[in-house]
Amino acid sequence: MRKQVGLYYSLPQIVWLLVFFAAPLGIIIAYSFLKKGLYGGVEPQFSLEAYAAMANPNILIVTWRTLKISVIATILTLLIALPCGYSIARSRNQAMRLFLVIVPFWTNFLVRIYAWIAILGNEGFLNDILRALHLRNESIQFLYNQTSVILVLVYMYLPYAILPLFSTIDKFDFTLLDAARDLGASRFQSYVRILLPNIKSGLVTAGLFTFVPIFGAYAVPLLIGGKDSYMLGNIIADQLTKTRNWPLASAISMTVTILTTGLVFLIAMRKPREQKQVFDADPGLAIPVPSGRR
Amino acid sequence: MHVPKKPKAIRIAILWRTRRMLRRGGAAARKFMPARSSFSNVIYWVVVGFLFLPLFVLVLYSFNSGRQATWQGFSFEWYQKLVMASPELWRAFFNSVIIAFGSALMSTIIGTLAAVGTARYSFKLKSFVSTMSFVPMILPEIVVGVSLLIFFAGVGLKLGLATVWIAHTTFNLPFVYLLVSARMEESDPSIVEAARDLGANEMQILFRIILPMALPGILSAFLTAVTLSLEDFVITFFVTGPGGTTLPLYIYSMIRFGVSPVINALSAVMVAGTVILIYPMRNFLKVFAAR
Repeated sequence: MRKQVGLYYSLPQIVWLLVFFAAPLGIIIAYSFLKKGLYGGVEPQFSLEAYAAMANPNILIVTWRTLKISVIATILTLLIALPCGYSIARSRNQAMRLFLVIVPFWTNFLVRIYAWIAILGNEGFLNDILRALHLRNESIQFLYNQTSVILVLVYMYLPYAILPLFSTIDKFDFTLLDAARDLGASRFQSYVRILLPNIKSGLVTAGLFTFVPIFGAYAVPLLIGGKDSYMLGNIIADQLTKTRNWPLASAISMTVTILTTGLVFLIAMRKPREQKQVFDADPGLAIPVPSGRR
Repeated sequence: MHVPKKPKAIRIAILWRTRRMLRRGGAAARKFMPARSSFSNVIYWVVVGFLFLPLFVLVLYSFNSGRQATWQGFSFEWYQKLVMASPELWRAFFNSVIIAFGSALMSTIIGTLAAVGTARYSFKLKSFVSTMSFVPMILPEIVVGVSLLIFFAGVGLKLGLATVWIAHTTFNLPFVYLLVSARMEESDPSIVEAARDLGANEMQILFRIILPMALPGILSAFLTAVTLSLEDFVITFFVTGPGGTTLPLYIYSMIRFGVSPVINALSAVMVAGTVILIYPMRNFLKVFAAR
């Protein structure tokens, strides 16, 4: 009888997630295999039309673009976040430095997007300054292109990358770097061959935390981007609310889901091996990492 | 060679200090190693500048007297309008607060119970529960929003404040479950066993041992849920209906359909609110970041 107690405690959560998470997901899986209704909705008839419609060059272009924007933005974010996380971890005043990163991060999502419109807009802060300096008389259109979308995406998701990187680097034993330097490694070598392999898990987490939400981005390309920066999220919303092609919206959602969760599970599965790689990173420079520090 | 002994008190002091250093490891060792990472420090301050620039611009423009973005002089006009002449905005604000606390309460109750179940007992579906609680977190928001919208349409639920509440509770649940479980894993299981040996029943163990011990985790889960809910735009955007406008949705419509400088004042107030809220918590931020 005791065996069942845990189940009773978990029951509300199981039911809630089954009804409001699993069932909706099940419905969009089912809808993606149905025929499109005349005025929205679906006809109860099996069809692969929605998946065939995804081969439409328009959607393929957007898929490619979404992938491209997500990869570029994630790499940029990681490159910037890595030294930041390192700097916070080595600082004597970690709390204050974290505070400065978290304040913008906890400021409302839309307020931050709006702030970038206020900076980059035709009548915005940047054009204002250029005009005041008499560099330009007419305004430059900074908004509504891919570059501005990538800039704002990096801005939005930087803290998502900085925080996990910080917490991994904070657990790293910095004396290892000194040891490497004593043994003749240059500073750069000591970072690349000692620090990076040891904080791999943090890099992976940071990469996932940025890539997954950027891949499903909706609001940023909608408000900051133009026609050339439409992403998959915007296509899904349009198919759902404007074109009212629910099977197609479901099929694209399914694709996004499978791509992102597939990626996460793939990486989560190979995590145990990673631990070992830390030691195998370079057989010539085998430095034992004290147990308990990881 | 005879080395003069240091006075006893000093020897003890050194001994204690070494022990403390050994015990504290990283933190103490760091003190003796000056940070030489000037490059990463420069990057850090540039990034902080980058992160704060938009917030600074918003605050600056909120005091601008003109309707245009161009600077035309100092004024409190937009703050006055924000307080006096924006009933819809206040409606949206109250909706946001109701949804945030309502969904945080619901998800904290359900998630805490599930965390108690999986942390204290083993049962057949245990790994199913923890896996299923993890998946909603890794799905892109747009997929959660779209699937809920289609679901609500399918079961014929009218879109509005209620559907927003359901959606927010759903995306808050995994975070609550995770935070509370993490806290429960840390606590000592022998305390519960001792209570049981001393004759406590299931209810007494739950309310007098398990829940009080997990209270910090439960509170931080509740606050996280409140913030996540106040923050959400994408999912709310899909599942909302008449009467279900939250603050982010209101800001969205202001951005989309005619920007009034009132939005600058509102944003500045929200930035100030964030700072005031987080500053007292700054010493706990490390724990938050490390989770």
